[in-house]
Amino acid sequence: MAVITAGPERDIDNTDEDPRKRAPLVLGGHTFASVTATVTAFPERDRANKEWWMAFGAAVTVAGMFFACLAYLIWNGVGVWGNNQPVSWGWPIVNFVFWVGIGHAGTLISAVLFLFRQKWRMSINRFAEAMTIFAVVCALIFPGIHIGRVWCAYWLFPIPNQMQMWPNFRSPLLWDVFAVSTYGLVSLLFWYFGLIPDFATMRDRAKTPIRKAVYGFFSLGWTGSARHWHRYERAYLILAGLATPLVLSVHSVVSFDFAVAQLPGWHTTIFPPYFVAGAIFSGFAMVLTLAIPARRIFGLETLITKRHLENMCKVILVTGSVVGYAYAMEMFIAYYGANPYEGFTFYNRAFGPYAWAYWIMVTCNVVSPQLFWFKRLRTNPAFIFVICIFVNIGMWFERFVITVSSLNRDFLPTSWGYFSPTPVDFMMFIGSFGIFFTLFLLFLRWIPMIAIAEVKTTMKESHVHHDDDHDEGYVEDEADEMMVTDHRAAEDEDEDDDVEDDDDSDDDDDDSEEEKE
Amino acid sequence: MQELSESRSKLTWDNAAYLSPLTAKALGVKDGNVVGIQANGQTIEVPAIILPGQPTGSVAVAVGYGRTRAGVVGGLIADDIVVGHDVNPIRSLASPFFATGAQVNNTGRDYPLSTTIDHWAIDHSGMEEREDRSDMFVREMSLPEFEKDPDHVKHMDHHPPLKSLFDDAVYEGPRWALSIDLSRCTGCNACLVACQSENNVPVVGKEQVARGREMAWIRIDRYFRTDGEGLGPLEAYENPKIVNEPLTCMQCENAPCEQVCPVAATVHTSDGLNAMVYNRCIGTRYCANNCPYKVRRFNYHNWNEDLKDPANKVKLMVFNPEVTVRVRGVMEKCTYCTQRIYAAKQQARIENRAMRDGDIVTACQQACPTGAIVFGNLRDEGAQVTKLHAMKRTYSMLQELQVQPRTRYMARINNPNPALEPA
Repeated sequence: MAVITAGPERDIDNTDEDPRKRAPLVLGGHTFASVTATVTAFPERDRANKEWWMAFGAAVTVAGMFFACLAYLIWNGVGVWGNNQPVSWGWPIVNFVFWVGIGHAGTLISAVLFLFRQKWRMSINRFAEAMTIFAVVCALIFPGIHIGRVWCAYWLFPIPNQMQMWPNFRSPLLWDVFAVSTYGLVSLLFWYFGLIPDFATMRDRAKTPIRKAVYGFFSLGWTGSARHWHRYERAYLILAGLATPLVLSVHSVVSFDFAVAQLPGWHTTIFPPYFVAGAIFSGFAMVLTLAIPARRIFGLETLITKRHLENMCKVILVTGSVVGYAYAMEMFIAYYGANPYEGFTFYNRAFGPYAWAYWIMVTCNVVSPQLFWFKRLRTNPAFIFVICIFVNIGMWFERFVITVSSLNRDFLPTSWGYFSPTPVDFMMFIGSFGIFFTLFLLFLRWIPMIAIAEVKTTMKESHVHHDDDHDEGYVEDEADEMMVTDHRAAEDEDEDDDVEDDDDSDDDDDDSEEEKE
Repeated sequence: MQELSESRSKLTWDNAAYLSPLTAKALGVKDGNVVGIQANGQTIEVPAIILPGQPTGSVAVAVGYGRTRAGVVGGLIADDIVVGHDVNPIRSLASPFFATGAQVNNTGRDYPLSTTIDHWAIDHSGMEEREDRSDMFVREMSLPEFEKDPDHVKHMDHHPPLKSLFDDAVYEGPRWALSIDLSRCTGCNACLVACQSENNVPVVGKEQVARGREMAWIRIDRYFRTDGEGLGPLEAYENPKIVNEPLTCMQCENAPCEQVCPVAATVHTSDGLNAMVYNRCIGTRYCANNCPYKVRRFNYHNWNEDLKDPANKVKLMVFNPEVTVRVRGVMEKCTYCTQRIYAAKQQARIENRAMRDGDIVTACQQACPTGAIVFGNLRDEGAQVTKLHAMKRTYSMLQELQVQPRTRYMARINNPNPALEPA
């Protein structure tokens, strides 16, 4: 069975699971040139449109609110939040874990799926990595400002100081500092690395000298030569290999903050895998939350197809079920372990003063993703969007439940106390979304939001030399005659893609095997 | 003193009308509802607190609140500062402290009250759990029971042998320890006041107490004991016993707070004290989360802000010059009055002698009218604290966590006079 010939229609259903043929990942009869043109259309505009400015203005305003709150916080002390005794960690830590979790999908998509040769990642990895970096930025702010003496935050780092002291390497918080900063750094590096060929494309297409200079600076002199591509592919592979353990480590270490403490409800060995699954879960939900509107607004339905959305929904379904299993297992261990404190903590979670938060969490995280068992639902973008919003809410509540409902009633009943947030808590949480969206809108405005060079490798033009029929099919098809010309033109323009074909050959062997059938 | 929590209700900064659970139910009153009390032809309005042990059908209110010219702490009507409610109108000259035939009605309004322990009327599961646990935390037995089985106190909890994965730290110097005799504690709060003045413990105000940010380094935990056999949940609390348990930093030998501090701001000293280094603390509050006794206190704001004003220079006179005044953003907790330990050490050195038992008296110990609190050096075999720690009714709270607290409790032994038992 040969290749699926792409028709001009945009709404072809590529969610079909016919094992005999490989579903196309780029629809709409795209050529290399048209992919480049589609993706770069918005970043290459001379002026952003009114909608972008409105969204940007709103985001900057909300981010401004965050920084105003920050100033108020630093001036007055952390008492402006609702934290108390016994709930010494409140929303800032909840927000931190929430954002780190969101920042999880990017590296998973870019590194782990890369190693597993999941080609559908190509359309969404740029997006997801950008989201990761911005989420990690938001995440890093919170532990930095939640400490009592913000001006001493640098004491967390092992730098020479007049006290001649190391930080305490036994503290999970310190592990956290290393884990999250490493993760942030590697994610940034990986993202930037993937961007180099695309920056070069932007440079080559730039019409103003400033653009040319700026994109030229960031493309590091990329010419697209075979040697460049060779080095690039190897380095990318190595980076993916380095980043993969980080995907697992960062949230495991974040979970140690809780698991290493002896507080009932925190002190459980299930936390690392449970946190990692939860993080992937929330990360994919956030990618979808951003991708679904973006593909519509920027007309990218042919590049981020329903198949991409469906695949991500499947990941959400799996990780959502893992999270549900973890909730059940926590309850079971609390019951079976016969530790009276732990038993009560979990009983209290589900039926105590924070039961409302617990049941919001269960509904959003366990029940709602189960709807993705139905194909009709998981291929409906509007529906997916709604579910992903639920998942985002649920995952925030998960962190809230873990942090606050464990702390509010621990060993001695006389130190129990209820936590209630202050307006500053709310404003800083909402404000962190302002920071996130400010950065994200800037990203959409200046950087190709889809990895142009990578997406092209998933197109049939990249595999043209494996199958003669393939080529003929194009020539015979009258509607595609234009495309062939375009294709050649594209090759002239971006010779890199041509080279990539050769590089990608191990990969393509799989394809050809399938195609022989 | 306004922030000192009242012994039974744990109420601060206010007076309130105490109602028994059954009275409150009959009147349809919840905690914090303002009730009107009509007696002697006059009516006052006071917020209510439901307090087990208050005889049903009676209301108790504390006098001395609602003052109009008692300063910024006591109440100053000119500055709109009101502390508590004036109950004088219903007092009569003939019987200033008792009135009969009072009418109580619920006004339906609410008034915020700040207590240092959750109100009695928390949810049912929490209440049950609290009662279940209190048996383990405040161990108690009658004299005949104790005579029959003196080892029973130590056998009240069961846990696997406590073994550490690591070599325990060895301390060569003195081993400071505290012993608190629960039989002697009456819950009078003198230790709280003494500690506050000795250690410059800040006052945070009513709103902050409501938020749960009171700073007391020593607190007295109060539990209600019922024998609720065959009684409804409210009836069981008609005639409860009240037990008190003073609680300070336990100075755990294997302190969970120390391990989690990322900047090593809380560490062990060579004499085995769990020290808090204010200068080093950046305020992650992780230590407080990991403290099973929740005795750590955090400076959420600069509680001594007013000292910056030169006009308040005189206030410095109330501070103990031997103790650091903590800044905003650092953690603090009981130090076993480390300044007194060091003063006594210096004195012994000056006099060229070894330290003697009784050289060091902590502030709480000094103030305790019943002598329930004893401080000393466990290294000294003749010391009173060593003897008390070796007694059969001595136990460590939460010892199954392997934190090895230096403060230990002596179980409460009851020997009630049968003639005083209610029929």
